[in-house]
Amino acid sequence: MNYTWNWGIFLEPSPEGVGTYADMLLSGLGWTVATALSSWVIAFTLGSVIGVLRTLPSKAANAVGTAYVELFRNVPLLVQMFLWYFVLPEVLPVGLGTAVKQMPDAPFYTAVLCLGFFTASRVAEQVRAGIQSLPRGQRMAGTALGFTTAQTYRHVLLPNAYRIILPPLTSEFLNNLKNTSVALTIGLLELTARARSMQEFSFQVFEAFTAATILYVLINLVVILGATLLERFVAVPGGR
Amino acid sequence: MFANFDFSVIAASLPYLFGQGMVFTVTLTALAASGGIVFGTALAMMRLSGIPGVTHAAKLYVELMRSLPLVLVIFWFYFLVPYIGAWVTGSTTPIQVGAFASALVTFTLFEAAYFAEIMRAGIQSISKGQTAAASALGMSYWQTMRLVVLPQALRNMLPLLLTQTIVLFQDTSLVYVLSLTDFLGAASKVAQRDGRLVEMYLFAAVVYFAVCFTASLLVRRLQARVAIIR
Repeated sequence: MNYTWNWGIFLEPSPEGVGTYADMLLSGLGWTVATALSSWVIAFTLGSVIGVLRTLPSKAANAVGTAYVELFRNVPLLVQMFLWYFVLPEVLPVGLGTAVKQMPDAPFYTAVLCLGFFTASRVAEQVRAGIQSLPRGQRMAGTALGFTTAQTYRHVLLPNAYRIILPPLTSEFLNNLKNTSVALTIGLLELTARARSMQEFSFQVFEAFTAATILYVLINLVVILGATLLERFVAVPGGR
Repeated sequence: MFANFDFSVIAASLPYLFGQGMVFTVTLTALAASGGIVFGTALAMMRLSGIPGVTHAAKLYVELMRSLPLVLVIFWFYFLVPYIGAWVTGSTTPIQVGAFASALVTFTLFEAAYFAEIMRAGIQSISKGQTAAASALGMSYWQTMRLVVLPQALRNMLPLLLTQTIVLFQDTSLVYVLSLTDFLGAASKVAQRDGRLVEMYLFAAVVYFAVCFTASLLVRRLQARVAIIR
């Protein structure tokens, strides 16, 4: 094997003129984290709404929730990314479409919207499963106490459901984080894209990808640690 | 909104989209799913073997694969496979590997980690009494696995394995980053050649949706039929 290792490459200046290759990867990490967190806000909010819709007694609400989940789950993420980035500006009214295309950091906003709507369908499934796993008596108890449907969800069902689904929500969060790398296809300079361009400029393929791998593993560990702490923090004293 | 919509682009490119693109996507999905299930079963059995080094190696592999984005893994193997090939064949220079072979290796090894987790859960779902009964009948480990545990476990896991295969079918679109001509790659090439992004990407979305939605409905029906009632 004739591959020349050069771990010092990270301290060499990057072809961008400012900073080293290490700085380049770290800036990629920053975009990855920013995209993951921003899209998670959309995914969690919208996903909770859709999940709740699927557990309501109303048939219409159910249909809307089911349609949303099936639509976003059955189209590959990459295709959805292209639809948001290339197709949406074209089908908007001309003025608005042009404004969208000229927006600075367009790949970032597009990726946030796309991942947010995509992950929302997965969060919705978890929220629905969480609510449905509660004993029927909880909803009835809410009704017996004179709560409206909204109050039952707010004070009885959701606080319990969220605690139950915390572990699967953590893995959805991690999936969302990993999925940010798909946004490199629309030009977002996140971690994988940065590792790829480092490889192209420096030819040190394996150093670049090893560094990216280590960074991804580290964020995974941080998220898992955070989730464990959160789980302990929100646990009901004396509960399961 | 759809005033400029040109359906003739889609019609004209149908033979290319399906004849080349979809054939590629389906081939890659089928081969990677079969390889992934075989390799995934091996990983799951290693992880449940209880032999210290083996259990940890399998766990490390699965956890590592599951914490990395697929796109990064695709790039890793794209550059790594020629070196692995050289190592296996004893050659001194990296061997030439086509993008398809590299993608196949990537998806097989990546999906194996996910299949392994499904397999592990399936094997663990078989109650201890069953393996104990098999031992009492004098069966060896392999006989127990083959005749008692795996037939039941596979039946429980089948819907999950098929759902994971639908996910794999969607994920194969990521070979786009290697400029391979899968279904989406074909649609994308036509889109860029003719400047018809809207039509081609919407059409690709509709086709993926139709295939995956139908497949997931079938899996749900299958699930109702094969489920073991306890």
